[in-house]
Amino acid sequence: MMPPSITNANSEFVISIENLGKRYAIGRQQANGDGLRHAIEAAMRAPFAWLRSRWHKKLNEVDFWALRDFSAQIKRGEVVGIIGRNGAGKSTLLKILSRITVPTEGRIRIEGRIASLLEVGTGFHPELTGRENIFLNGAILGMTRAEIIRKFDEIVEFSEIAEFLDTPVKRYSSGMYVRLAFSVAAHLEPEILIVDEVLAVGDTSFQKKCLGKIRSFADSGRTVLYVSHNLDSIRSLCKRAIWIKNGRLQQDGPVDEVFETYFDSIANESMQSCANHEYGLVIQKVELRNSEGEKSNVFLPGESLIVDISFDAQKRIERPLIAIGVAGINGPCFASNMLLDGQCPDYIEGQGRIRCTFKSIPLLPQSYTLKMSIRATTITEMIVPYREVAYFKVDGDLAEYGYQGEHVIFAPQANTPVVVPYEWELPDGRTADVSLSKPALYGESVHLGPVR
Amino acid sequence: MAELLIESDRIERQYWRDLWRYRELFFFFVWRDLLVRYKQTVVGVSWSLVRPLLTMIVLTVVFGKLGKLPSDGMPYPLLVFCGMLPWQFLSSAMSDSSNSLVSNSNMVSKIYFPRLVITVSSVMTSLVDFFISAVFLIALMMWYRFVPPLTVLLLPLVVLLVFGAALGIGLWFAALMVEYRDFRFIVPFIAQFGLYVSPVGFQSSIVPIRFRFLYSLNPMVGIIDGFRWCLLGGTSGLYWPGFLLAVIEVFMLLGSGIWYFRKTERTFADVI
Repeated sequence: MMPPSITNANSEFVISIENLGKRYAIGRQQANGDGLRHAIEAAMRAPFAWLRSRWHKKLNEVDFWALRDFSAQIKRGEVVGIIGRNGAGKSTLLKILSRITVPTEGRIRIEGRIASLLEVGTGFHPELTGRENIFLNGAILGMTRAEIIRKFDEIVEFSEIAEFLDTPVKRYSSGMYVRLAFSVAAHLEPEILIVDEVLAVGDTSFQKKCLGKIRSFADSGRTVLYVSHNLDSIRSLCKRAIWIKNGRLQQDGPVDEVFETYFDSIANESMQSCANHEYGLVIQKVELRNSEGEKSNVFLPGESLIVDISFDAQKRIERPLIAIGVAGINGPCFASNMLLDGQCPDYIEGQGRIRCTFKSIPLLPQSYTLKMSIRATTITEMIVPYREVAYFKVDGDLAEYGYQGEHVIFAPQANTPVVVPYEWELPDGRTADVSLSKPALYGESVHLGPVR
Repeated sequence: MAELLIESDRIERQYWRDLWRYRELFFFFVWRDLLVRYKQTVVGVSWSLVRPLLTMIVLTVVFGKLGKLPSDGMPYPLLVFCGMLPWQFLSSAMSDSSNSLVSNSNMVSKIYFPRLVITVSSVMTSLVDFFISAVFLIALMMWYRFVPPLTVLLLPLVVLLVFGAALGIGLWFAALMVEYRDFRFIVPFIAQFGLYVSPVGFQSSIVPIRFRFLYSLNPMVGIIDGFRWCLLGGTSGLYWPGFLLAVIEVFMLLGSGIWYFRKTERTFADVI
């Protein structure tokens, strides 16, 4: 589909990006390393040559396109997540959108007041008190004095630091600092909000509060562009995702679709580097299979997860110790570890496969990463360092397992996604089994949830 | 609804509109700099009085008592102070504004607002100090029972002139400093050097008349002369060619400063 012309003022798109490109000249810093001396020297020695070189491209410069041929259109009220690995061009895109830097080519049309939060607490001055910093930071972010005064109480309340309002922020803990900074930013009222990684800091409960704020912002029909490494927060906030890879638009579409190919690609990429030449070991691939043995990266709660590791050992390796771990957003969930169970092969040589089956994974629906390491018998020596090798998602309707709590729809953000079967016994004599390993809550016990 | 176009070419009109929209930020930056400067100091604001006072005493002793330079019947300390007031403003504004972008680099690379605000407000901060020192001048005049002539009414124009000079120089240096940190060494040197080539401790009338115009190429000569003329009157009157030269130079500095700043501003975030 051809994007409508950018000059069309009353289109439904609040952001139209056309063939955006940003070029950085790498090597330029080194060339000018001696600063002014070089510039003056060159200008003295050969004024015309110097001038010409100023106009034309410098010789020892290498062009690097941080972003190229990037086009996208964003509708009013859309909440779009932007994903990509570090250095893919996400930050460059946000910097151009928030007018911190100018694009080399292409153009953007933005309709409406735009505010960007690329970092929390920019412009905070350590010597100033919390109160003073609220005003300063608010003004830097584009609020007027009257606006700040009007929202002051709200900001203080949200930040939960009321009693330290007159303490210089240099005495704040980093958590308090971040809370205050985010609170100021959260009370901007732009029509378009650009958020980058701001939630990487602060404790989990505050992170959740921030996410809630962003969500309510989105719910009120405003447009949000959101970048985060916390893919689950993107999944829960956004319907649409844009994946940037090596400065180019790789995929743009519904979150689930984009994430699936993104995970696959990342898993493949990280595989390539999974080799140790000293030991002559190459991990060819790590594949995830479901209980039917089909390749998959979406599993049901309680289903089996099969991990197939295909290797090629050019040299004989004695007693390699393999560990496979599954981690959620907030860290490790469970693992299989030959270091503990002692069940390692006597040696590996040539091509082969090691399979590990996690029987009935007790995980709530959200995204997980699979990490793997291989150690030599000396234990301290890593043949393959512990790293992410695959991604998978657990998907499923918790209601089918008898879950009916108020927060069941927020399960994707559960801090503790591992569920060990448990049973409630309530004062009125009711008992209830809760488990992810089977469509639960049948049998004779009185149950909390409806039976399917 | 506000519509914004971002293109590789500059967006001139939007910039000046934004400058207006962010007008309160000027005030906030000045307020921050003043607030921060005197945090954790014991005597606080008095520092802006102590420094000029001591400098005045030294200059009076060196030029007035030891050098025995003419004062046209004026109390020498008064003469010195009228020269020091604009000079100290210019030199402090110049050093502060040159560093203004680099010392706020985290803001420059993370938040958008017209960068002019940073540099202009650092000059404005120095202007506040200038006014504080000016209170001391009034006290000094009362001490010597000196009544300024009517020309004092023209003083605001000369203050505007020195503000323009400081801003012009500040914009150049601030923008240059972003790419060439060499100016970190150049600026203090100029500030020190300038004290000797500007008529701070003496009157410019002691310069032989044939060198007078040449000497006036330094815009501070015309500005300081203008200050003395407004505040003290003086029998010799104002050397108009020098003063007009200063006015022209200030306009050129300011115009070119804004031009260069605006030209390089779009790459600040990439280079800083």
